[in-house]
Amino acid sequence: MPLSWLVLLVLALAAAGYFIGRIRVLKLAGGDIRALHSLPIYYGTNVALSVAVPAIAVLLVWLLAQPTLIERSVSGMIAPEMIPEGSNLNLVMSDVRRVADGLNTAISGGAMSLAEVEAMDATVVDVRARLGELGVALGQDVRPEVLAAAKSYRSAAVTGNTLRTLIVLALAGIGFGISFSKTKPDYRARNVVERAVLALLMAAASLAILTTVGIVLSMLFETINFFGLHNWRDFFFGTTWAPNFRGDSELSILPLLWGTLYISFIALLVAVPIGLFAAIYLSEYAGPKTRAIAKPLLEILAGIPTIVYGLFALLTVGPLLVNMFGQSGSLGLGWMSGATSVLTAGIVMGIMLIPFVSSLSDDIINAVPQTMRDGSLGLGATPSETIRQVVIPAALPGIVGAILLAASRAIGETMIVVMGAGAIAKFSANPFESMTTITTRIVSQLTGDGDFASPETLVAFALGLSLFVLTLGLNVLALYIVRKYREQYE
Amino acid sequence: MTDTTQNTGAVTPISSLHTLDARTKRRNAAENRFKLYGMIAIGIGLLMLVTLLTTILSKGTGAFTQTFVTMEVELLESKLDKSGERDLEKIKKVTTFGYAPLIKTAFEKTVEIHGIETDLKSKTMAKILSKSAASQLRNYVIANPDQIGQTIEFRFLANSRVDGYMKGRVTRDSIANDKNITPAQLDFVDQLIEAGALKKTFNIDFIIGADASDQRPEAAGIGVAMMGSLFMMLVVLALALPIGVAASIYLEEFAPKNWITDIIEVNISNLAAVPSIVFGILGLAVFINYMHLPQSAPLVGGLVLTLMTLPTIIISTRAALKAVPPSIRDAALGVGASKMQAVFHHVLPLAAPGILTGTIIGLAQALGETAPLLLIGMIGFIASNMPETVGEGLLSPNSAMPAQIYEWAKRADPAFYERAWGGIIILLIFLISMNTLAVLLRRRFERRW
Repeated sequence: MPLSWLVLLVLALAAAGYFIGRIRVLKLAGGDIRALHSLPIYYGTNVALSVAVPAIAVLLVWLLAQPTLIERSVSGMIAPEMIPEGSNLNLVMSDVRRVADGLNTAISGGAMSLAEVEAMDATVVDVRARLGELGVALGQDVRPEVLAAAKSYRSAAVTGNTLRTLIVLALAGIGFGISFSKTKPDYRARNVVERAVLALLMAAASLAILTTVGIVLSMLFETINFFGLHNWRDFFFGTTWAPNFRGDSELSILPLLWGTLYISFIALLVAVPIGLFAAIYLSEYAGPKTRAIAKPLLEILAGIPTIVYGLFALLTVGPLLVNMFGQSGSLGLGWMSGATSVLTAGIVMGIMLIPFVSSLSDDIINAVPQTMRDGSLGLGATPSETIRQVVIPAALPGIVGAILLAASRAIGETMIVVMGAGAIAKFSANPFESMTTITTRIVSQLTGDGDFASPETLVAFALGLSLFVLTLGLNVLALYIVRKYREQYE
Repeated sequence: MTDTTQNTGAVTPISSLHTLDARTKRRNAAENRFKLYGMIAIGIGLLMLVTLLTTILSKGTGAFTQTFVTMEVELLESKLDKSGERDLEKIKKVTTFGYAPLIKTAFEKTVEIHGIETDLKSKTMAKILSKSAASQLRNYVIANPDQIGQTIEFRFLANSRVDGYMKGRVTRDSIANDKNITPAQLDFVDQLIEAGALKKTFNIDFIIGADASDQRPEAAGIGVAMMGSLFMMLVVLALALPIGVAASIYLEEFAPKNWITDIIEVNISNLAAVPSIVFGILGLAVFINYMHLPQSAPLVGGLVLTLMTLPTIIISTRAALKAVPPSIRDAALGVGASKMQAVFHHVLPLAAPGILTGTIIGLAQALGETAPLLLIGMIGFIASNMPETVGEGLLSPNSAMPAQIYEWAKRADPAFYERAWGGIIILLIFLISMNTLAVLLRRRFERRW
C-alpha cells in the first residue's frame, strides 16, 4: 500500500474514532451529559488520539530506520574486493538502489513478473538493455553482484513496506480497541487527553533541539569522513586552497577564512558608522514624525532578500566600481580588472547590514536611563557631548554586542558573496581583487556533480561545521554581552 | 578674546550670555556637525534604498514587455500533410525543420504586402524571429490539424537581439562582433516597425510561462518557478505553523523553569542566527543523502525552509502569547476551566492575530531565501513543466523564484539579466503584499490591554 494511502487510512480511522467515541459515551450515559466525567468531545478526542498518535509515530520512526537497516544488510553482500577500481561502496550502493528501483518499476508496470525478476541472471541477460526497453535508464552495465544485491534490496524493501503497513494498521486498530473499551461515563477522558496534548506540545518544542543535533551530527559525521581522507593539519593550518577533482587537492580553510573576514570587515566598515549614526540620530534627535517615517524605511533594507543584493552587486555595483577604478575607468587607475571583488561584495553587504546595526543599536541606546542624559545636560553639556561622553560609553557593551551579531551575519552571508566576491582563494590585502569565502566554497563544492565520498565534496561539510562553530561562538558571545548590559540598567 | 581677559583676571569681564564666546561657538559647531553626521547617515541609508529600488524598476520593467512580429502564415498542405488524410501521426512526423519554409514564405509575403524594399533573403529575414517560432507553429498545427491549408495570423516572438534593439540594449555599434544579428537585419526591423508588423507589447508569458534554454532568453518565464515557490510555501505553512505554535504554547504556558527549558530556549535563539546555508547542508545530508527524498523537489525545499522559519515563528508567537494579560487566564481558571482549556479556548484565540502576523513575516522571509535551495539542487536545470497534480508539484524537480533569478543571473547572455531583474520585481511584489497584509492585520486586530 502506498505511503499516502496508509497515512490517509489512519487519519480516516482517527476521524471515525472521534465520532464513535462521542456517540458511545453519550449512549452509555443515556444522553445525559451531566453523568459524564468530561465533556463528550474529550471522549472522542481520546479515541482519535489513541488511533493516530502511536501509529503515526511508529510510521515516522520506521521511515527513518528502514533505509539504514536495509542498506546495512545489503551492503554486507558486496565484498570489498568486488568494488571496482576508482569507485567506492557509496557509488555501488547507489547503483544497487537504481537497479532495484528499475526492477520495481518493471514489476509494478506489469512488464515483468516476480518470478521473471527472481530468475534474471546478469551473466546471461543484458539487464541494462532489458530495463532500458521498459523505460528505466541505467548509466552503466549491471554486474552480477549488483543485480543480486538489487534483488535482495528490492525484496527487503517490499517486505519492509508490507510489514510497515501491517504494523501501523495493527497499532491503529489496537489503539482504537483499547480506547473504545475504556470509553465509559466515569472515565477521566479530559485528564488523559490533556496529558497527551501536553506531550505533543513538548515534542514540538524539542524539535528545536533535534534540529540543532541534526545540524551538528550531519556535519560532524561527514567531517570525520573528510578527516579520514584528508590531513586535518593541512585543513586548519595549510595555506593553499586548490581543489582538484582528480584527487590530490590542497584544501585549507585559512585562505577562505581570510577572504571571509576581509569582506566582513569592509561590510562592517560601511554598516557600523552609518548604522550607528542613524541610530543615534533617530533615538536622540529625530522627532516622532521623522522617526515614524525613517525607521520603517530603513528597515525595508533588511527585508529585501539577499538574492536581490547579490544581483545588485553583480550587475550594478561591480560594473560601477570597474568604471571608476578599472583599466579604462574614469579615474584611470587600472586597479580593478573584473566586477567581482572584495570591495563589491563588502559594500553591498554593508548596505544590507545598515538596518541590522541601526535597529539593534537604537534599542540599546533607548535602554540607557533618561536620568543619565538629564544629569549630563543639567551640568551644561550639549546634546552631542552628552551622547559622546555619557550615552555611548554607557551603551558601549550593547553596541559591541550588536556589532558582533552583525559580524556573524556577514560571515554567514551567502548570496552576496557567491555573486559578488569571485572564486579565487588567496591571501591578499588588495580590496580590488576578487577573493572567495567559506560560504561560496560550500556552494561550489556541493553543487557540482562530485560524489559524496571524495574529499573535494566532503570538505564542504568541514567548512560548514567551521562556519557553524564560528557564527555560533560570535552569537553566544554577543548575546552574553547584551544580556549582561541589559541587567545593568534594569 | 574673552578667554584671555578672563585668564589675566581683568576686573570687568566683557563676557555676556548674549554674545557667544569662541569656545561656545566651537561647541555649538561641534553639536551641529554631530547632528549633521546623523542626518547624513540616515540620508545614505535612504539613498541606498532609493537607488536599489530605482535600479530594480528601471532594469526590470523591460522584462514585462516583449517584441513580437505579426505575420500571416499560410499552412501549406503540401508541406505539412502531403497525403491529405489529416492523420495526426503523419502530421507529427513533420519536424520543426519542415515548418521553417512556411515562415520564410510568410516573410516574403509580409514584405510584399507592406511594400518594404529590402535586399535580404527570406532566410536571413526569418532569423530575426526567436528559435521557438517554428515549434510554436508546429504546436498550433498539431492542436488544430483542420486548419491546414488556411492562412492564419500568428504573433511570433522576435529574438532577443531584436528585442534588445527595441529596448535600447542593442545598438548598431554594440553588434559589431555579434554573429546573431547584422545591421542589415536591424534596418529590416526598422522597416517592419514602420509597417506596423513588429511591435513591443505586454508579455504575459514572462509571468506565467516556463524557463527556456539559454539560447532563447526571449521565451523564458518565471511561472513554473513561481509554482515551485508556492508548493514550498504550502509545505512551510503546513508544518511550521502548527509546530511553531505548539512549541511556543509549551514554552510560554506550560514549561517548568528548569535546565531542559533553558536549553530549548537558548537553542531556539541560536537557531534563529544560524547562517541559512547551514540549513541547506542539513537538508542535503538528512533529507537527500540519508532519507533519499528526490533532489530538487519543492517538498525538500519546504522542509529545509520550515526548519529555518521555525525560530522566527516561535519567537513572534511567544511575544503574542506574552501580550495576553494574565487576567484572562485567571478568569478562565476561576470559573473552572483546566489550564489546557484556558490556553486553547481563551489565550490562543486572543493571540491569533499576532501569531498570524508573525507567520506571514516568516513566510515572506522563507520565500526570498536562496542559499539553502542551491545546495538541495533547485538550480542548474530548466524548469519547463508546469506540475499537474499536487503530488507532482511536491515531488517532481522544480525551481523556486529566487533560485530561478540566480540561474538567470549566471547565464552569459545579457538578455537574461533583464529577466533576472524582472523576476526580482515579481518576488518583491509578493514580499511587499505579504508584509502589507501583516501590517494591516496587526492594525485591524491589535488590542491594547
